[in-house]
Amino acid sequence: MGIEQKLGNMGVATLRLEQAVNWARTNAMWPMLFGLACCAIEMMSTQASDNDLSRFGMELMRASPRQSDLMIVAGRVSRKMAPVLRRLYDQMPDPKWVIAMGDCASCGGVFNNYAIVQGVDEVVPVDVYVAGCPPRPEALIHGIITLHEKVRGETVKDWA
Amino acid sequence: MNEYINDTVQSLKDRFGLQSIEFRGDISLMVPPDKIVEVCRALRDDFGFDVLAAESAVDYWPEQTPRFHLIYQLYSMVHNQRVGLRVPLDGNAPSLPSVTGVYPNANWHEREIWDMFGVRFEGHPDLRRIIMPYDWEGHPLRKDYPLGYEEVEFTFNFDEIDGRKPYAKE
Repeated sequence: MGIEQKLGNMGVATLRLEQAVNWARTNAMWPMLFGLACCAIEMMSTQASDNDLSRFGMELMRASPRQSDLMIVAGRVSRKMAPVLRRLYDQMPDPKWVIAMGDCASCGGVFNNYAIVQGVDEVVPVDVYVAGCPPRPEALIHGIITLHEKVRGETVKDWA
Repeated sequence: MNEYINDTVQSLKDRFGLQSIEFRGDISLMVPPDKIVEVCRALRDDFGFDVLAAESAVDYWPEQTPRFHLIYQLYSMVHNQRVGLRVPLDGNAPSLPSVTGVYPNANWHEREIWDMFGVRFEGHPDLRRIIMPYDWEGHPLRKDYPLGYEEVEFTFNFDEIDGRKPYAKE
């Protein structure tokens, strides 16, 4: 994606509305600060200077769901936490996306027992699943880029 | 085992008619449920056991009856001695008196035992669940509580299990 056509020195660029909107959405997708377990350590590492999530327009982890577009569920979600997770998701303004980071968030991981939700897709709709226990920062970044590709593919029809 | 703990155990045995068990130098007294508060109070006031270091439970189902053992670990700051109390409890809805009147820190321990084992404590000021959600059914650390939650998916049964999984909608 990019600017389709430049009109000389007039300072005007033309592109489709979808592209403009998706460009804006993908380049300022602020994640919510939502670390639940050891995956959060890798998420912090992704955020930190070595891997530097701000390259993707994610300068800030927002502590408030009202200011965030992306929920990275980093860690296992207990049955007691599940209503909280859903409430936070409901408080996020549209458009919003969810990444299930790690095996526990994706499918329960090694915790196949009564206390852990067997995949957060039971609670919130998930866009991208990132495998790993915990996933390395590269894997999370790959998940984020995959999500960006998904968002870039959206059309006006999808928004309606 | 030193003299102080020997004397303590002996005098408690005489006073309440208890049995004791010793394992690798650690001594425990078997206490019937209706005497637990008296025994705790005697240990605290007369023998200097001023700390309830731990209170927990074990479920021996189905090997043993009575199926539950409540375990109290007491510690004496003054004498640097430890003693354990074991209270056997039978039945699926067991109850015994709470020791919160003697050791206030038993409050949360007893809430946890109620939550995990379903042992009721009579006279407890606030017997609610402490770990599981309030609307939870059952007591998860009982041995007859179902262990697993979800079948493991393989390629041959993936479609069948995945069809039954609840997925959240927008």
